[in-house]
Amino acid sequence: MNQPILSVKDIKVWFDVRDDDAGGLLPKTKKLKAVDGVSFDLMPGETLGIVGESGCGKSTLARSIIRLVKATSGEAFWMGRDLLKLSNADMLAVRKDIQMIFQDPLASLNPRMTCGEIIAEPLKTHFSRMKKPERREKVRQMMEKVGMDPAWINRYPHEFSGGQCQRIGIARALITNPKLIICDEPVSALDVSVQAQVVNLLMALQAELGISLLFIAHDLSVVKHISSRIMVLYFGNVVEIGSAKQVTEDPQHEYTQKLIASVPIPDPRKEMARREIRRAKRAAAAG
Amino acid sequence: MNILEVKNLSVKFDTPDGVVNAVNDISFTIGTGKTLAIVGESGSGKSQTAFGIMGLLPKNGHAAGSVNYMDTEILNLREAEMNRFRANEIAMIFQDPMTSLNPYMRISKQLTEVLIHHKGMRKGEALKESIRMLDAVQIPDAANRVHMYPHEFSGGMRQRVMIAMSLLCGPKLLIADEPTTALDVTVQAEIMDLLIDLQEDFGMAIILITHDMAIVAGTCEDTLVMFGGNVMEYRPTLDLFDNPEHPYTKGLLEAVPRLDQDVQTLSTVSYDFLEGGKP
Repeated sequence: MNQPILSVKDIKVWFDVRDDDAGGLLPKTKKLKAVDGVSFDLMPGETLGIVGESGCGKSTLARSIIRLVKATSGEAFWMGRDLLKLSNADMLAVRKDIQMIFQDPLASLNPRMTCGEIIAEPLKTHFSRMKKPERREKVRQMMEKVGMDPAWINRYPHEFSGGQCQRIGIARALITNPKLIICDEPVSALDVSVQAQVVNLLMALQAELGISLLFIAHDLSVVKHISSRIMVLYFGNVVEIGSAKQVTEDPQHEYTQKLIASVPIPDPRKEMARREIRRAKRAAAAG
Repeated sequence: MNILEVKNLSVKFDTPDGVVNAVNDISFTIGTGKTLAIVGESGSGKSQTAFGIMGLLPKNGHAAGSVNYMDTEILNLREAEMNRFRANEIAMIFQDPMTSLNPYMRISKQLTEVLIHHKGMRKGEALKESIRMLDAVQIPDAANRVHMYPHEFSGGMRQRVMIAMSLLCGPKLLIADEPTTALDVTVQAEIMDLLIDLQEDFGMAIILITHDMAIVAGTCEDTLVMFGGNVMEYRPTLDLFDNPEHPYTKGLLEAVPRLDQDVQTLSTVSYDFLEGGKP
């Protein structure tokens, strides 16, 4: 049981970008190190939160693990096999076990497919021999599981609210009984009241099904709530990784400390005191 | 003394599907140099309230009621008259600094034209004043960076430029519509701290429109919570957080996970207060 389900070792994703500062007649390229040597283990049934600011490489890291972008180097062991070296056919089989949920609920659903067709799509890919009535029955069950009325099976994405669309995304991810779901900012586009419902749903489903989650978000409060461990990324590097409690209550790295000092807390007295502390720090830094 | 008194403001839109009531009969006041938060989720009417006040509604939008700015009725003024109030008296900043700045124009041009147009300044004088204001919003190396284009600035720096632009004519009221929503959290803290510091230096009043109760907590004296175009609760911020009276306010506060607290399950917002249940 204490074997990690996913073990990422020194993964790097570098992009070639034009170097505007390089002078000379011919355009030159430089390396943009989006992910620069990240390692971590993910245990079965565990939620690892990945936080960091825009551009820190958190989405690129997740995408490189399931090969939506090509990693420059490194290894990602999925139950003993290196995902980055698998053939395309083998990778397809693994994708049944690793599913993904995206940030923009409406943009990640095909507007010309009904909700039922969207949720059934992974079944068509991974269980191509399944008969239509069985597939439809599975979709209905899954809709119920994520808190949607199965009677809506023939509706199109635009007929649903943002929160409902995110439930469709979750149903699509769950339908193949995956062992890991990568959630890339799944609640950042949602209103707070809807965000609470979706977070609760994800946590309840995880407790029931025992799946592992890689939960990527920029909102440290949400990540702390849902994760057992937190990894903080900064410019493509891991600056800190530890239990959610340790990272949020006793941050070691300077960047994590700044991040935590910046997260607003809905308590007027605490917030005003924190602003005074930030002000004093700025004054001290300015000399 | 109150700088702005809003009485029974309604905003309606004519649409092909009939009239949509975006804001229903809301009233509030804001004192000189004070800060008021208007909080609500998407579709609550918080932005339309601001657009109604500023006369920025689209052609199919109509505002009714009364908006009194220092003893002058400014609601539905003719465009030319309203322009005297805009920038000089009331300024506004928006969520996305990239769409509010003209990508084809240098920052210097965009800032100086405000002063040339509203204050009748000469170019050299206007440029000097613009650089001084970029300094005030803590843009490093302002004298050189003023000649750059918007895309050469980061998101946080662009929002600083927007703030500088809005403060150029020394407005007495600043309406900030989700000014930090597009920004990273460390930058958000910097921008909010900056706004509060500037408010103290310039003595202006601020209406902060946001969806985030946590930002309200640290910055605003009074808070107005909106839902579906109606005011749910309008009280001093401290009272409202200590003892939320309306179930919706309570729901909003409890639905957000907090860094300083642990809960097993987030409570969800109950819409029992609405006649007819969930929206």
